[in-house]
Amino acid sequence: MTPQSCVKIREEWDIVSARQLGREMAKKLRFSTVDQARITTAVSELARNIYLYAEEGQICFEVLETADHKGLSVSATDTGPGITDISQVMQDGFTTSGGLGAGLPGVKRLMDEFDIQSEVGQGTQINTVKWIR
Amino acid sequence: MNTNLRNIAIENSDTIVQMWLEKIDSLKGEEFRFSTSDELFENTNREFVNVIFTSIKQQGSLIEVITFSEKLITLGWPLSYITDGLQLFRRVTIDYILSNSDQVDTNFFSAVLTSVDKWVEPIIHQLINEYTGSWEHILSIQRIALQELSAPLIPVTDGITIMPLIGTIDTERAKQIMENLLDGVIKHNSEVVLIDITGVPVVDTMVAHHIIQAAEAVRLIGSNCILVGIRPEIAQTIVNLGIDLTNLPTKSSLKKGFITALEMTNRKVINLKPMEDGIEEMINSIQGE
Repeated sequence: MTPQSCVKIREEWDIVSARQLGREMAKKLRFSTVDQARITTAVSELARNIYLYAEEGQICFEVLETADHKGLSVSATDTGPGITDISQVMQDGFTTSGGLGAGLPGVKRLMDEFDIQSEVGQGTQINTVKWIR
Repeated sequence: MNTNLRNIAIENSDTIVQMWLEKIDSLKGEEFRFSTSDELFENTNREFVNVIFTSIKQQGSLIEVITFSEKLITLGWPLSYITDGLQLFRRVTIDYILSNSDQVDTNFFSAVLTSVDKWVEPIIHQLINEYTGSWEHILSIQRIALQELSAPLIPVTDGITIMPLIGTIDTERAKQIMENLLDGVIKHNSEVVLIDITGVPVVDTMVAHHIIQAAEAVRLIGSNCILVGIRPEIAQTIVNLGIDLTNLPTKSSLKKGFITALEMTNRKVINLKPMEDGIEEMINSIQGE
């Protein structure tokens, strides 16, 4: 198991560095070009959510290896306001910032595994995994 | 007391310089793996230590320090060389003065520390200021350069304008894209605007949102937008994200988009001379000879 590499998200340009690290790791793991784009886009969405709603948090990457397959885990952690109604944010078109509202449900479709935990006033933790096919 | 210590340091400057040079040499091996010849490294070290002593002799004059730091910045040496070098100088000088005096009590000890600090601190301060000043300058120049590149608008023919986008789109840039697009459409009197995203690495919901908004704004002022240069992997991520681009005409390449734009403005590209006929004519003429 390789150690985690993390990128702190504090300003808008940190989204770019998180994205670049994600793409680099996906490339190293030999994901297909399409999956590389999927992972990069998912990282971009997660990082932007942190920047927009929580103001501070981090994106962590970890290479996963099981007996029969390899994958990349991307997790986003923040100590922001948290989400009151998770089922609501997982609906397409729901937004509080005037955006498209496709971010989180989009990430769920881009990645293979998706898990979200949030507590109001405590923060949000999102764990996602993409497996190499 | 203070002048006394300064005199000790100045009188024994040769020994201190020698000690310092020996130590800084070992620093090069550990930390400075930048490519400089030994000769240049040694000369610069000598100049560095001379600058320090000149500053001490002239009771804290910083003119030489400024010239020296400018030289180092042009050479591209790291800031850590300067800070480490000065810390080393401080240590060596304190060591030397203490080891060469008989009177070692707390008062003397603190006097030595204070006066050596007084020599070194302004130099460190000045050098760091010069360095960060130069970085800030470079940063602001690059920011302006980036802004100039950020949202160009190219009028290609009457009524058709192209906006090629390259690189990451952030909020600031998205704002510029919108402004330039609307200004340009009015200025060039464009009927069709092609937005080319071949060079945009990631299209996430924010980027898509900005493009949709820009296209909608262009539509409101009476023109049409065509989104071109969507790479296959970007198309797939857009579908995965569930972004609705049905209201925005799209084409895979700029070439196809341009042809569509010509059709929309009732024009098309034709060859002035039909190609194949030309070749046949040439063959016929050769056969005739």
